[in-house]
Amino acid sequence: MPKRTDIKKILLIGSGPIVIGQACEFDYSGTQACKALKEEGYKVVLINSNPATIMTDPDIADATYIEPLTADIIELIIKKERPDALLPTMGGQTALNLAVELAESGALEKYKVELIGAKLHAIKKAEDRELFKEAMKKIGLEVPKSAAVMNLKKGMDAIEHIGFPAILRPSFTLGGTGSGIAYNMEEYTELLDNGLKLSPVHQVLVEESVIGWKEYELEVMRDMKDNVVIICSIENFDPMGVHTGDSITVAPAQTLTDKEYQRMRDASIAIIREIGVDTGGSNIQFALNPKDGRMSVIEMNPRVSRSSALASKATGFPIAKIAAKLAVGLTLEEIPNDITRETPASFEPAIDYVVTKVPRFAFEKFTLLKLQFIKFVLLKLLFEKLELLTSAFIIFALEKSVLFAVVLLNVQLAIFLEEKLLLDMLEPLKVLLAIVLRI
Amino acid sequence: MSKALLVLSDGVVFEGEGFGSEGEAIAEVVFNTSMTGYQEILTDSSYKGQIVTMTYPQIGNYGINEEDIESQGGIKAEGFIVKEVCEFPSNWRSQASLVAYMKKSNIVGLQGIDTRALTRHLRNHGVQMGIISTKDLNPESLLEKVKKHQGIAAYDFVKEVTTKKIYKWEAGCWKWCVVERSKAVLKVVVYDFGIKFNILRNLVEAGFDVTVVPAQTDTEKVLEMNPDGIVLSNGPGDPQTVTYAIESAKKLMGKKPTLGICLGHQILGLAMGGRTYKLKFGHHGGNHPVKDLSTGRVEITSQNHNYCVDINSLKGQVKLTHKNLYDGTEEGMQHVELPVFSVQHHPEAGPGPNDSVHIFKRFREMIERFYAKKN
Repeated sequence: MPKRTDIKKILLIGSGPIVIGQACEFDYSGTQACKALKEEGYKVVLINSNPATIMTDPDIADATYIEPLTADIIELIIKKERPDALLPTMGGQTALNLAVELAESGALEKYKVELIGAKLHAIKKAEDRELFKEAMKKIGLEVPKSAAVMNLKKGMDAIEHIGFPAILRPSFTLGGTGSGIAYNMEEYTELLDNGLKLSPVHQVLVEESVIGWKEYELEVMRDMKDNVVIICSIENFDPMGVHTGDSITVAPAQTLTDKEYQRMRDASIAIIREIGVDTGGSNIQFALNPKDGRMSVIEMNPRVSRSSALASKATGFPIAKIAAKLAVGLTLEEIPNDITRETPASFEPAIDYVVTKVPRFAFEKFTLLKLQFIKFVLLKLLFEKLELLTSAFIIFALEKSVLFAVVLLNVQLAIFLEEKLLLDMLEPLKVLLAIVLRI
Repeated sequence: MSKALLVLSDGVVFEGEGFGSEGEAIAEVVFNTSMTGYQEILTDSSYKGQIVTMTYPQIGNYGINEEDIESQGGIKAEGFIVKEVCEFPSNWRSQASLVAYMKKSNIVGLQGIDTRALTRHLRNHGVQMGIISTKDLNPESLLEKVKKHQGIAAYDFVKEVTTKKIYKWEAGCWKWCVVERSKAVLKVVVYDFGIKFNILRNLVEAGFDVTVVPAQTDTEKVLEMNPDGIVLSNGPGDPQTVTYAIESAKKLMGKKPTLGICLGHQILGLAMGGRTYKLKFGHHGGNHPVKDLSTGRVEITSQNHNYCVDINSLKGQVKLTHKNLYDGTEEGMQHVELPVFSVQHHPEAGPGPNDSVHIFKRFREMIERFYAKKN
C-alpha cells in the first residue's frame, strides 16, 4: 500500500515537561517520528511546551511552536497552520489526552483534521476501564475481577467471586482516603464498612488484587493491512505491585515456555485488533499468576510508551519511526528493516542477548536530614538485594547484566552519600562485588 | 562440570563445558534463533541427525514439562549447544530441569562456548558436520572422526523416527490454543515421517478424526481406510533419501486431497517431478516473515528446514502460494488442478507463532470443496 497523498501536513504533539511518567523517552520517540515523516515528504508542525528537548531543535520539524500544551492553544495553531492530520501517539499520555479533548470539542472536525495512528474510538476503548473490560471479555480474555459495592451485603456477594487479596477504593474520596488491601474477611469488613462511610456517594470499588503476580509487557505493531508483529517481550524482575518504572525489567521474557509466550502473543494480537488501533505501536501489560498460570490483562497503551523506548533500544527496531510511517499508510512489508537494510520491517526481532533496565533513584537530591533514613532503607535494600543475589546465584547467573547493573548503581548511589555512610556501605558492596566476580 | 569440545568438519574447534549426558555425538551442526521453545525443538524428530545450537544465550529457564513434547521417547536431536544452561528453572508447569532431561534421554550437551561466533561461522561457511565430545578431548582425533563420517545425506532418518504401529490421535492443543475446536467430521490419515505432535493436535482442533500410519505404509492400505484427506508430515534429513515416500505420494496425489508440511512438502515436490536443493544454513527459528500470496498478509512463522523445493522445476504444475520475505525462497505451493497443497514452514507452531494455524482450516475447506464437487 503506498503512502497517503491526501495528507500533506501533519501536526505532532510533544509530551511537555519531564515529570514522572513523562520522561525523555517521549522526546526520543517524537524526534524519530518527526524525522520519519519528513523523510516521507510530509510537512511537520510540532507543538511542545518544553524547549529543553531535541525535538524542538530548529531543524527537526518544519514549524515548531513552544506554547502551553492546552486544547485552546493547539486549536489556534491548527487554525493558523491548517494541518491535514494529527498524530497523537508520540507524546505520551499528555498528547493522547489533548487529542481526545480536541476531537470531542469538535475542533478537529471544524478544521478537517484527521486523527491518524489511533482513532478516537480506539483511544476511548483502551482508556475507559469499563469499555476495556467489556472488550477483553468479548475476545475471551481475563481482567482483574471487580465490582462497585453500595452496601455490606453486596460487599459480601462481591468478595465471594473476587477472592482475596482484594483492593478496596472508596469512590470520590480525596487522595485515596480509605483505600487498602484486604487479605482476609476481617480486614475486608473493616475496610468496606469504613470506606462506605467515607465515600460521599457510599460506594466502594472492590477489585481483585494481582499483587505478587508476574508482570509482562509486549510491544505490538500493526499496519493498515492488519499485519501484526510483536517487537519485544519484557518481564519485570519485580512482581505486580512495584510500578514498572521502579522495577528492574528484562527483555525478552525469561520464564515463559513457548506455549505460554505464544498465548500472550495471540492475546496481544487479538487486543490490538479488538481495540482498533489501526496503525502503529501499542504496549500491552499482563499479570500472570505464578502458581497456576492464570493470565490477566492489566492495561493497554494505544500509543508509543516508555517501554517502547526500552524495546527499541533492546532490539534495534525503531518503534516510533516505523509507527510514524505506518500512520501515513505504509505497510510493515514496505518499510526496510533498519538493521539488515535488506529484509522488511515485518519481522519479529530474535535477539541473542539479554537487556536489563535498572531504575536509578536520584538519591543525591535528598537533603542531608533524610540521609539517615536513606541509609537505613539502602542497607535494608542492599541486604534484600543480597538475598536476591544469592538466590540469583542459585538460579545460576540469572543474568550477569542484572547483577552488574545493580552493583554499578549501588556503587554510584554510595558515592553520593556521606563519607561515613560510604564506609558503612563498603562491606556489603564488597560482598556484592565478590559475588559478581565469582560469576 | 567437565571440559567438552566441539570440532567442526572444517577444523574449527570450540571448547566449553559438558552438560547433560557424558559421551560423544557426530551430527550436522545447525543453529536455531528461537528465544523460547527448547523443549519442543529437542523433541522434534526433524532434528534427528542434527546437533542444535541455540542463539539465545540462556536456555533452561522454565524447565521441562510433560505437556510440551513434540514426540514420544524423549529428545530426538543428537546434541545440544547453548551459551549457558539454567539449572534451576522457574515456571509453574516445570517438572524437571533441562539438564536432568538431557541425562535421562542420554544426550550430550555443550555450554560455555561463544554461540554467536559459532552461528556466524555456520552462516558464513554453511552448515556442516561436527562432533561434540566429553570423553575424547583431542581435537585432531575428533576431527578425524568427523571426516570419516559419511554425512547425513547418506542416512534415512525417517525409518528411525516413524511410528511402528498405526494409532489414533485424540488430544487437542494445550489449553490456550487459538483455534476453536470443531467437531471431528472428516477422517484424515497422517503419514508419519517424524511427525510433530502439534500437527496432530491442530488437526484435532480443526475438526479431524486423526489416524497416524508408519512412513512405509502401502498406499492401498491407506486408501482402504477410506480417509477424506491425507497429510504428509514433517521429518528429518534429505527428502531424496525417502524414495518410498515419494512413490506413495505419486500414487496418492489426485485420489485424496493432500496436505504436505515441511518434509511432506518436499516429498510432494519430488513426487511431481521437481527438484530440491539444500540451503546454506537452513531456516530454524520462530520469526520468519512469510507472505501469503493469495491474501497479501504477512505471517510470522515457525521454521525448521535445510532443504527447499525449486519452484521453477515445477512450472505449469503448481502455483507458488507462500514466499519467505527474508531470502525470497518458496514457502508453499498449490497444485494447479489437483487438490494438493503444501507449506514449507510450520503452521502448527510448537515452537513459534500461531499466525499460520489457519492452514489446517484451509485444508479442511479444500476437502469439503473436493467432495462437494464430486457429489
